[in-house]
Amino acid sequence: MLKIDTDACTGCGICEDNCAFGAITVEDGQAVAGDNCALCGSCVDLCEAGALSIDKASTGPGTDLSLWSGIWVYTEFRHGRLAPVALELLGAGRRLADDRGVPLTAVLLGHGLETVPETLISHGADRVLVADYPQLAEFTDDAYANVFEDLINRERPEVVLAGATAIGRSFIPRVANKLSAGLTADCTGLEIRKEDGALLQTRPAFGGNIMATIVCPHSRPQMSTVRPLVMKPLPADASRKGEVITAGIDPARLSSRVKVINSVSSESEKSNLQEVDVVVSGGRGLNDEEGFALISELAELLGGGVAASRAAVDSGWIKYSHQVGQTGKTVSPKVYIACGISGAIQHVIGMQASDTVIAINRDENAPIFDIATYGLVGDVFEILPRVIARLRRD
Amino acid sequence: MKIVVCVKQVPDAKDVRLDPKTNTLAREGVESIMNPYDRHALEEAVRLKEKVGGTVVALSMGPPQAGEVLREAVACGADEAVLVSDRAFAGADTWATSYTLARAVRKVGFDLVICGKQAIDGDTAQVGPGLACRLDIPYVTCVRAVTGVDGDKLELQRLMDDGYDELEMPLPGLFTVVREINEPRVPSLKGKMRARKIEITTLSGGDIDADPACLGLAGSPTQVVKVFSPQFNRDKTMICGEVEAQVEELVAVLEKLV
Repeated sequence: MLKIDTDACTGCGICEDNCAFGAITVEDGQAVAGDNCALCGSCVDLCEAGALSIDKASTGPGTDLSLWSGIWVYTEFRHGRLAPVALELLGAGRRLADDRGVPLTAVLLGHGLETVPETLISHGADRVLVADYPQLAEFTDDAYANVFEDLINRERPEVVLAGATAIGRSFIPRVANKLSAGLTADCTGLEIRKEDGALLQTRPAFGGNIMATIVCPHSRPQMSTVRPLVMKPLPADASRKGEVITAGIDPARLSSRVKVINSVSSESEKSNLQEVDVVVSGGRGLNDEEGFALISELAELLGGGVAASRAAVDSGWIKYSHQVGQTGKTVSPKVYIACGISGAIQHVIGMQASDTVIAINRDENAPIFDIATYGLVGDVFEILPRVIARLRRD
Repeated sequence: MKIVVCVKQVPDAKDVRLDPKTNTLAREGVESIMNPYDRHALEEAVRLKEKVGGTVVALSMGPPQAGEVLREAVACGADEAVLVSDRAFAGADTWATSYTLARAVRKVGFDLVICGKQAIDGDTAQVGPGLACRLDIPYVTCVRAVTGVDGDKLELQRLMDDGYDELEMPLPGLFTVVREINEPRVPSLKGKMRARKIEITTLSGGDIDADPACLGLAGSPTQVVKVFSPQFNRDKTMICGEVEAQVEELVAVLEKLV
């Protein structure tokens, strides 16, 4: 629990102001923690008097950590296509493997995987573990989790990374639970701690308001799902050498309780946001669906994609697949044009890696201007139609 | 059908901003709310009950004040409310939370468990699958439609990154929902009256025969070692003046960049 050193506490109230759970109050010049303290630890770092601490001594079932070695990456393959995040993870995994002086293994599950292992090797893998079975042609949580669990138990890697995609976020928690391993969701930063080689996993929480760095001190493997488009892939190098290993799997482990009746690729569920150079994005300031049409018009003229803040999606002006932010997509185009978007942190977290950010907002104090390369204080309904007319004229 | 819906009380994070001067969270006026995804989970449970009959149990793990979201759940159609609460649960990560919830859900009994796809405070989306794993039942995440109910199985549509999957899940089972699955109802007057009166069942760690070593911070394989505010810094140019001048300058910038 949260320990408060009553001698050191000055009752300054910094912890009270900053507790995201409203769990601390200052009473009679002393901080007091309530039952709703979640032990997140944010107050501990903020306390100027050093009066707060969290007792972490009594943790965890013991595991002989030295038995676990090597970095693994789950390289997602679906419907004949390698997920882009697979190559990004190989880039990140290569760096971690080199820091640890261990091999980087790509784990590839599916069916009809022919030349995919070579692609993975050219992007950084030292080894590729392949399970190619008809039962793995469609994704099911049971079969994918069983196979992955068995492979991990066989070889005992110290780190397992997977993309924070629909598939990764679905079956990786099952694997982690089966292995009693710590799993950190949706990481945006991965580093090796110099002192003990532990994996430092950094991720946003509270809609991106807080960044937290997480470790798994007593359990192995250390597992993370990693947000797409954050890590950088290595350029393909066909001269790289690697080993392709066919993994034998117990057929009983390939069955699934949930049956896939049909798998539909749907254009309307897709968005090209992660592949375009320009993204035009609209928020609450567009007022309605009609106002939002300006965004699509500008995007079309610039050959870009259409994005939206959560406010615009929640208002029903555009589909969820266009939402950018903590609970939507992460994008990093060359140019991101934010129109009528206030810049709540949960949106910013999904687009702050864009090369250039252009922000248009009526409110000069809107936080979006804090992260803009170019800022225009003004009415989107005055500015956008004129920009559209000027671009059409050219 | 006995349906357990897991609901969580969370801080309403969406309007929280960073104080630009102190670079800390400004949380004035931030209330505690029912996790928005759980609202959709509850609505789907109530709709299923209306279709095939049964009971809906709203279950929440949290401090005593989480009873508020349970009353809200009852106002929106849940029949029973269970609060799983113990100081020993504090600091639980998703592994310890899945363990605790599984003990509680087993104690309550179920044919189907429905959860929101994730909670907006942690955004991990790990507890639904973790809970199903602990209960040793099949699960489907990110369900956007229940297209069929047939005695001992459900037909579900799961949202994927490239479209959707049509699936058949046997019961007992668990699924998590995305927002587009339904439009949650507002509480009825009758519901609100029931919510005021309902007796919330409280379960402690002892009540669910939990192993103390698996609870709270002590039972959590992941630990937070550092918390900080995100930094986004950029050189900024403001484009000022009359609208026409702003537009000319913006178009010039765009022509340079695109």
